[in-house]
Amino acid sequence: MDTTTTLPPKKVEARDKVVILFAGDSGDGIQLTGAQFTESNALFGNDVSTFPNYPAEIRAPQGTLAGVSGFQLHFGSVDVFTPGDTCDVLVVMNAASLKANLGKLKNGGIIIANSDGFDAKNLRLAGYPDEENPLTDGSLDNYVLNSVDITKLTRNALEGTALGMKEKDRSKNMFVLGFIHWMYSRKLDRSRAFLANKFKNKPELLEANLRVLQAGYNFGDTSETFTTRFEVKPAPMPQGNYRNITGNQGIAIGLIAAAQKSGLELFYGSYPITPASDILHELSRNKHFGVKTFQAEDEIAAVCAAIGASYGGALGTTASSGPGIALKGEALGLACMLEIPLVVVNVQRGGPSTGMPTKTEQADLWQALNGRNGEAPIPVIAASSPTDCFEMAFEAVKLAVEHMTPVILLSDGYIANGAEPWRYPEAKDLRPVHPPFATERDTGDAAPFLPYDRDERGVRPWAIPGMKGLQHRIGGIEKEDKTGNISYDPKNHELMVRLRAEKVQRIADTYRPIRLDSGPSEGELLIVGWGSTYGAIRTAALELQQEGYSVAHVHLRHMFPMNKGLRGLLKNYKKVLVPEMNSGQLRQLLRAEYLVDAQGLNKIQGMPFTAAEIRKGVLDLLNP
Amino acid sequence: MSTPQPAAPAPKISYASDQQVRWCPGCGDYSILKQVESVLQHHGRPKEEIVFISGIGCSSRFPYYLDTYGMHGIHGRAPAIASGLRSVQPDLSVWLITGDGDSLSIGGNHLIHLLRRNVDINVLLFNNEIYGLTKGQYSPTSPEGAVTRSTPMGSTDHPFNPLALCKGADGTFLARSMDRDPKHLREVLLRAEAHRGTSLVEIYQNCNVFNDGAFEIFTEKAGKALHTVFVEHGKPLLFANGTKGIKLDGFTPVIIDLTEGKHGVDEVWVHDERDSFKASILVRLFDDPHREGALPRPFGVFYVNDRHTHETKMNAQVALAKEKRGNGNLDALLRGENVWTIN
Repeated sequence: MDTTTTLPPKKVEARDKVVILFAGDSGDGIQLTGAQFTESNALFGNDVSTFPNYPAEIRAPQGTLAGVSGFQLHFGSVDVFTPGDTCDVLVVMNAASLKANLGKLKNGGIIIANSDGFDAKNLRLAGYPDEENPLTDGSLDNYVLNSVDITKLTRNALEGTALGMKEKDRSKNMFVLGFIHWMYSRKLDRSRAFLANKFKNKPELLEANLRVLQAGYNFGDTSETFTTRFEVKPAPMPQGNYRNITGNQGIAIGLIAAAQKSGLELFYGSYPITPASDILHELSRNKHFGVKTFQAEDEIAAVCAAIGASYGGALGTTASSGPGIALKGEALGLACMLEIPLVVVNVQRGGPSTGMPTKTEQADLWQALNGRNGEAPIPVIAASSPTDCFEMAFEAVKLAVEHMTPVILLSDGYIANGAEPWRYPEAKDLRPVHPPFATERDTGDAAPFLPYDRDERGVRPWAIPGMKGLQHRIGGIEKEDKTGNISYDPKNHELMVRLRAEKVQRIADTYRPIRLDSGPSEGELLIVGWGSTYGAIRTAALELQQEGYSVAHVHLRHMFPMNKGLRGLLKNYKKVLVPEMNSGQLRQLLRAEYLVDAQGLNKIQGMPFTAAEIRKGVLDLLNP
Repeated sequence: MSTPQPAAPAPKISYASDQQVRWCPGCGDYSILKQVESVLQHHGRPKEEIVFISGIGCSSRFPYYLDTYGMHGIHGRAPAIASGLRSVQPDLSVWLITGDGDSLSIGGNHLIHLLRRNVDINVLLFNNEIYGLTKGQYSPTSPEGAVTRSTPMGSTDHPFNPLALCKGADGTFLARSMDRDPKHLREVLLRAEAHRGTSLVEIYQNCNVFNDGAFEIFTEKAGKALHTVFVEHGKPLLFANGTKGIKLDGFTPVIIDLTEGKHGVDEVWVHDERDSFKASILVRLFDDPHREGALPRPFGVFYVNDRHTHETKMNAQVALAKEKRGNGNLDALLRGENVWTIN
């Protein structure tokens, strides 16, 4: 590379949206690279949506397909609702990551490949036939291939430093990060600030990373290979203040915010499990809000400790994923009988059993609705995006506290780890949460305290140990109406089953009227979605509507009890399509409850829907 | 209370609830309930400041019979429920009522973690070496060979030694008593309530329906003197009306006869409830009493340690976080660290 000659000016082309997929070995720092570039774009004012895709193993054998870690980023000057169906740019650190992800690259898309990751050993590990190197054999002619020895350039940038070779190589993701900033005309300020904070106690590593970051940026400027930069202007998003947020962060912040609004201490009992553990991490960093986190010995203890905390007058919460929720089942029945507040978050993953911990799925809806012995109705709500995780965590607390009931909040691995911009609210604008505390009494009061006396909503008073004159005993054994004493009376049991069910049903009275996400209020086809399929469905629905199709989209957030307006809405369309990342769990509920001939669009691959898949599903149903 | 005058004795509070006690006539649980009430009366704390948490089993009906706060939980999980309660309510008196099946079988995991965390709770482990509520199957403390409804040819399982298990889990207060010795039981319970941390009291409790007489060799006059040793801090381990003692021969406890003139009381092991190593030996005095030359079974407070409790550290961290960062500001949390504005 001759840098002494005068460089030709680089072209700048405008793009309205771009999808970049960073991929490499699980130790290559791919997630960090992706997250940092996301922040830079978000701060610039783009709309963003991300999809981190982790390998199952922490450090799978280097160079193999099993070890490929990916981070997909969609950013635009227009609204983006998904991380993108296919990508415009594929950045690969080795042969395996190319092989695993090439199918996602658009025809004519750009490949930036670290040539050092395509040596004989890497090619063999990735399963390429002997003597075949995709970087040199012409098989990538349909793409714009840029082969760069990132490893060597990183080492060059660090020449003369005291770092060992291994440490030097560890910063090659910074080269990628610097280069991609150049390519999309972004400033390095944000990444520099991040590094300064991350390595504030390790000046030599900070210096090294900054040097490599700058080297990557300069390489774009100086290398003759790259003649074009791109520019993605800020998106026309609603006025306001924004930050970036993942779904798991949204849940943690939502729980804290709702606890603050209710005046209750937040207690979080948890056993580590993918992909829910980040909620525990986030909450444990916020003890100055009075948050108490309890890493329990197992899933059962986690939920039981939360029940104990709620019994003690705090806001008991817990989170897990499907297998852990299965273990909590008996305790959920107890919470239902006790009628005390409890929030249970299920960040769903591929099942059954251990399934696919790092992959996403929506297959725990039936578990949430029915996974308990006896008739134990528990409200179930579902978040549709990373920002909605905040809203729904807040909603879960409000319902649990105000209606004295456990509430299950469904999220999934896709939105838990994915990020998007969030026009965050101000604390004063958040809804109040009113705990139905019992009133303390003089011990001389003649009439006994009735722990299961109900108000007009069917909600019992919350009497907390320490409150004077309200001593009472509760438990998992069927209890007598009003007194809560043990009762085996047949009529009483039927009454209590009914009272518990009615209390939960009345929660639907608090919902706002049902609202379409997009489309005509009556017509050919209604897409009924729930959970993390929101972005893909919204993207497809808007496209189809623009093209003149009579397609509407409603997205359910209250899975049980459902919005009362849904029954009428379903009647306004000739056809109903229910896309789900399961075999048709919501579809069956709708058919059973509303006698509607709902059709399914089902994907059970551990991967989210693409908008194109939804679009095809709609068109197939419209034009059979 | 800082008043210098001795307060007039307050009228005794009745802690009994209005519920009829429904254990089988003759059950050892009645005696334990009575002593617990007596201990509550001794302390005289207001009823609303006392909580009983239980699991499942005969003993776990206990909370219904006291006019305090109470929760009858689910099988084996009372330690977890009580841990959550204690985490947010550091000032109450919290008692946990459990049995050998509840705490050592289905809830074994929770019990050992409760002990290692040292949550400030009084655990009363009613050990009757049988499953009573399910009508007579062997339990994790039933001896090998026990013939029960589920082991007609005798149990093939080796039983737990509950206090050895609890010592292994680093319990900070370990004691054993029996339903048939109310005075001793009351003393042990008073010590348990005074201890800050998890106080584990194993209580030999007779199930007169499914396992009658399981402990009679220890509890009845005929065997008690010879087969039990009541330990007291600072006192030698004497039994058989003072005619025998236990000596530590290296790490091995041996019985010495004090009447033959060969051994003196000065050789006898003096109980030190603060000695962790000796407590580990003491809990191992678990011989089958019917075996020739068996060591007597100890009763009393085996071990006490003042390790910090779970909730004191938990609350201290919250206080420290508030001191360092100020009380949480919700707007700052919502805002995060990287904000941009769209006009």
